[in-house]
Amino acid sequence: MQMARVIGDVVATRKDPSFDSIKLLLVQPIGADGRDAGRPLVAVDSVGAGVGEKVFVVRGKEAGLPWHPIEVPADAGIVGIIDHVHVPR
Amino acid sequence: MILARVVGTVVSTQKRQQFEGSKLLLVQPETPQGEARGATLLAIDSVGAGVSERVLVVQEGRAAGEALGKKLAPVDAAIVGIVDHLDWVE
Amino acid sequence: MLLARIVGTVVATRKDPRLVSNKLLLARPIDPKGEAEGNYLVAIDTVDAGVGETVLIVSGSSARMASGMKDTPVDAAIVGIIDAVDVSE
Repeated sequence: MQMARVIGDVVATRKDPSFDSIKLLLVQPIGADGRDAGRPLVAVDSVGAGVGEKVFVVRGKEAGLPWHPIEVPADAGIVGIIDHVHVPR
Repeated sequence: MILARVVGTVVSTQKRQQFEGSKLLLVQPETPQGEARGATLLAIDSVGAGVSERVLVVQEGRAAGEALGKKLAPVDAAIVGIVDHLDWVE
Repeated sequence: MLLARIVGTVVATRKDPRLVSNKLLLARPIDPKGEAEGNYLVAIDTVDAGVGETVLIVSGSSARMASGMKDTPVDAAIVGIIDAVDVSE
């Protein structure tokens, strides 16, 4: 899993039916220092995250597991909102 | 999936048994314009592709295993189509 | 998942029999502002997308969870057509 910042909303009317009522958010992966790391991607949201929040994102087929047994074709999913990060130095 | 060009054939005698009877080809990923891009890779062929043909390659383990028709096969790339033509804008 | 723009169609007569009834499209990943980035990829279309449209692409094993793609040899599927991306940055 990786840390990311929610940077936007994605609206899609025509989509795979299993996505109905699932929120799609644009997230920017970040490193331990909070800086952007890599390209933004689209993730399904199962925890009610919003723009500006720091979250953690699971990659791969597991991203669809929160909706089990519905098979959601997602490869990235927000599965937690980060309250605080402590990186000792 | 990516676009690639078949650039060679590979022969292997000693290999995992799931590869028995399947053809192994060396492919070069390329852009729609036909320029080589990145390193060559080995893919199993399930559609009868040959050298110099332009093909579609899946690069994910289970998908490649599906193409090979064998579950739990230790493969990560397979040729699943031969490109007849490409229409593109840009 | 990736945001991408459809830039072309791919015609392949000889292909895996499980892909026979599906449309193959050539896509170029884009950033949230719509700028092209990265390498082209070929994806299976499950939502009737067309050239010029911005779409959502799921890749890896999750692609087989898209509608009708179970047990098919695909690693990238178009699962949504993007109406809007709102980026707040």
